[in-house]
Amino acid sequence: MEYTILILLLPFLSFLVLGLAGMKMSNRLAGTIGTVVLGIVAVASYYTAFDYFAAGRGADGTFPTLMPYNAVWLPISESLHIDMGILLDPISVMMLVVISTVSLMVHIYSFGYMKGERGFQRYYAFLSLFTMSMLGLVVATNIFQMYLFWELVGVSSYLLIGFYYTKKEAIAASKKAFIVTRFADLGFLVGILFYGYYAGTFTFTPQLQMLASAGAMIPLALGLMFIGGAGKSAMFPLHIWLPDAMEGPTPVSALIHAATMVVAGVYLVARMFPLFIGYAPEVLHWVAYVGAFTAFYAASVACVQSDIKRVLAFSTISQIGFMMVGLGVCTSADPHDGGLGYMAGMFHLFTHAMFKALLFLGAGCIIHAVHSNEMSAMGGLRKYMPVTHITFLIACLAISGIPPFSGFFSKDEILTACFAFSPVMGWVMSFIAAMTAFYMFRLYYGIFWGRENKELHARHVPHEAPLSMTVPLIFLALVTCGAGFIPFGEFISSNGQSYTIHLDSQVAITSVCIAVVAIAVATWMYLRERQPVADQLAKTFKGLHRAAYHRFYIDDIYQFVTHKVIFACVSTPIAWFDRHVVDQFMNFLAWCTNASSEEIRSWQSGNVQQYTRVFLGGVLVLVLVLLLI
Amino acid sequence: MNILSLFVLVPLLMLLGLWLSKSINQIRGVMVAGSTALLGLAVALVFMYLGERASGNTAEMLFMADYVWYAPLNIHYTIGVDGISVAMLLLSAIIVFTGTFASWRLQPLTKEYFLWFCLLSLGVFGFFICIDLFTMFMFYEVALIPMYLLIGVWGSGRKEYSAMKLTLMLMGASALLLAGILGIYFGSGATTMNILEIAALHNIPFEQQCIWFPLTFIGFGVLGALFPFHTWSPDGHASAPTAVSMLHAGVLMKLGGYGCFRVAMYLMPEAAQELSWIFIILTTISVVYGAFSACVQKDLKYINAYSSVSHCGLVLFAILMMNSTASTGAILQMLSHGLMTALFFALIGMIYGRTHTRDIRELNGLMRIMPFLAVGYVIAGLANLGLPGLSGFIAEMTIFNGAFMNDDVFHRTVTIIACTSIVITAVYILRVVGKILYGTCTNEHHLKLTDATWDERLAVIFLVVAVAGLGLAPFWISDMIHESVLPIVSHLALN
Repeated sequence: MEYTILILLLPFLSFLVLGLAGMKMSNRLAGTIGTVVLGIVAVASYYTAFDYFAAGRGADGTFPTLMPYNAVWLPISESLHIDMGILLDPISVMMLVVISTVSLMVHIYSFGYMKGERGFQRYYAFLSLFTMSMLGLVVATNIFQMYLFWELVGVSSYLLIGFYYTKKEAIAASKKAFIVTRFADLGFLVGILFYGYYAGTFTFTPQLQMLASAGAMIPLALGLMFIGGAGKSAMFPLHIWLPDAMEGPTPVSALIHAATMVVAGVYLVARMFPLFIGYAPEVLHWVAYVGAFTAFYAASVACVQSDIKRVLAFSTISQIGFMMVGLGVCTSADPHDGGLGYMAGMFHLFTHAMFKALLFLGAGCIIHAVHSNEMSAMGGLRKYMPVTHITFLIACLAISGIPPFSGFFSKDEILTACFAFSPVMGWVMSFIAAMTAFYMFRLYYGIFWGRENKELHARHVPHEAPLSMTVPLIFLALVTCGAGFIPFGEFISSNGQSYTIHLDSQVAITSVCIAVVAIAVATWMYLRERQPVADQLAKTFKGLHRAAYHRFYIDDIYQFVTHKVIFACVSTPIAWFDRHVVDQFMNFLAWCTNASSEEIRSWQSGNVQQYTRVFLGGVLVLVLVLLLI
Repeated sequence: MNILSLFVLVPLLMLLGLWLSKSINQIRGVMVAGSTALLGLAVALVFMYLGERASGNTAEMLFMADYVWYAPLNIHYTIGVDGISVAMLLLSAIIVFTGTFASWRLQPLTKEYFLWFCLLSLGVFGFFICIDLFTMFMFYEVALIPMYLLIGVWGSGRKEYSAMKLTLMLMGASALLLAGILGIYFGSGATTMNILEIAALHNIPFEQQCIWFPLTFIGFGVLGALFPFHTWSPDGHASAPTAVSMLHAGVLMKLGGYGCFRVAMYLMPEAAQELSWIFIILTTISVVYGAFSACVQKDLKYINAYSSVSHCGLVLFAILMMNSTASTGAILQMLSHGLMTALFFALIGMIYGRTHTRDIRELNGLMRIMPFLAVGYVIAGLANLGLPGLSGFIAEMTIFNGAFMNDDVFHRTVTIIACTSIVITAVYILRVVGKILYGTCTNEHHLKLTDATWDERLAVIFLVVAVAGLGLAPFWISDMIHESVLPIVSHLALN
């Protein structure tokens, strides 16, 4: 499978070409280069997937782990070295398909969305860079290669969020995204250092006796790595960068901040899953608790936001929480006995990537049409944008967990795994699933039904998006309709053995009922022109509403810590100390030298009388001393 | 003729050529010819060195030559290189080459400026090829003195104050150093001041080592911006002209790290073991303290100077970890920091040359006005904060991995503290990038400014390629350095 190297090389070449020569190209040419390259990459990824899965299982009933490439990139010591290579196993192949599909759709979509934008070529160059880094991340053969590409996706994300670099909010958002994730990556790095030292390798398959002798260090390393994953995947309390990241162009939000980069943390946990299960099950359960809390927190914030991209951002955070919970509730590697969550989490990652990209791209069409992110500028858009409307509805139904759309199947597996872990977890996640259905339909009605901003729409009639934008929507909608029927367990399961998905009818019926009720409530509250119930609720629970709208003030706490504590109480005093104490001490030494020479200077006056006086005085003193002794 | 002596001879010839040249074009001709020759020499040396190693030569130093220089005091002109010095020579040649182009349009007194510039590079090259303690020290001084004039005459801002401060502090350090060197020589009972011989004898009494080690380490450490002796660096950098800042941060500060490793640690391993904890604490402070200070600076050069304190602190920190991985990382960090800081200072100089201000409150929206310089600045920034694919990443990762190999609580704690610098670095780099490059330009004088000229582009592109080259393919240079670090580290580990 030597051709897999193309999957990484081609986007990198396209980045170099567009980055170096892009300024000289027309927009159309630059976009075409980027898109065609991505098309080839997508075809190569599909072929890889076909090739890999068609080759069949090995003697032990699992798909083999292949490494078509692996070479030492940077030697660290005799036993440790950082390798660069390509690793193919079920989850990495699945991720290749997800990333290249969504990325290709975004490339096509951006033709229409970014048309006429300044920096079009730069945009495509960064998209290529991001795609290369993300693909490199998933095929990493060792944890350090993963970290390396992890940093690269962080930078691509920084560059793309700050794409509109003349906008203040975009600059602040890009900075925030980078620094918050960097802070989390510190945990990741230290985790890797611990892992490298105690496991004696950076690969994912360390020697068992090393692990056994490492004791508590492996759980510590895995926990620290999870901090890095939590930062990228926007887990509470490191989620604050993701809503702000919506300042970037909307297709970027679809690609990076919904479908691919933000699930890197989930992928990391899945990658380390055998170690988590074997050596640190408690840490794994903590992943579940963090995921569950984040899912709840984000869902509650999503219920009151008015900016449609923010709602989607919080919804993303919440859904990633679901994936983390799926992985975290595993108690063994056997999918029939407590290991179902692994498959469920990966399945949800797959389906979520498709329908959330669809939602964001749909949101992009809407923003393109009304030139605003605020729901107040929308309402009643179904008449103007039929394609966007239908595809958006499909995605909303999928995320709410209505059969036969893909989200139902994956979410149902997660809930089944949760109920198997503990009933409390099951009911909590079911409740959050209901919240999901509620806020998604609040959003849906707010955009396409509800209170129409007639004044604005009369002035500027919203129009359906061009073909380059609607085709990706239709494609993703079709995937969303069909993806649920993929026998996912045949390909991916916690121990690699084939696992046949069977719906637990009890859980399925419960979750569908809950979703339907939540949708009904949303319909009752938001469908019509006048929304007395919603307004009344907002008035009654004014404090709660305001707190949720301000995301429970988490951002303000961070603002306080960074500006008031780090900058004002650490950096400024240190800088002052440096200039006024350390440096002044050096100046003081210079001054001392100067002052003492000033003092001594009068002794060298050249005045003979003075010399004689001193000489005589000296003689007298000496004589007195001699006499007295 | 030994190839190494050419590194001293070429600058000498350049001095002669400059002295004879009459017009600006002749001066430029001499400089370009000379610095290209040096660069070519350095590249050739790398290949010769690798070839020699590949053919199985395992001597500690290659291309050795020895001439008696002053017999009564046993001072020799002994030269020889290992992988570390080869890497440093390559770095110096690159910086001198790009520095020439960065000062292409320098006015006034162009000839005198380049004379001092050449003398400074002579000192630097001489320092890296020498393995005789006293000759090394002499070249060190040769590199130091021109700095005073270069800053004092061609500098900006409070240039006399800064030049004086820099020179006095570094002179003070060299006084300590001289004492240390003499102590080592007499303590070891060697017949020459050859480093290899002293190391092989390995008989400086422990009590004496405990005196000479701190003196030598601090003496070199001042040049490597060791806390609390770093304060010459912000003022010095801020006042120095562009190419001098480049040479200073890019190469001269490396003399410190190199000397600490090759002289202090290598020759006095017992004292290094005994006293390392003090210096580990100081360097850890340097790393974090420099980074925090950089966060609130308002002058572009001050930001970079404090960032250098932080990064050079990491070099000394790694050296003190006393294992081969961390030491390799230290040398890589020297290379990487040299290249990226030179790039940074070059760009700052070019921006300053246009806007006549370095105050980040007065600069904004430069991306639209001078896209080339702005993109270069972003790349330099990303290298500084350790983006994979650029040089900073490999150096830092090697250092952290190496430091982690000491598994006691003290080393672990300081390593984790040092690791936090990667976050703080991101804070100050992105702060500056966001403030000066992004946004819209509000100063109408700046709107009319032009982008880089060809000579500036050449310097910037050359450095960017070097930074990316080191970052993308680190294995060959990392191997070369690692081999040469081993004898020194095994000497340390003997105890």
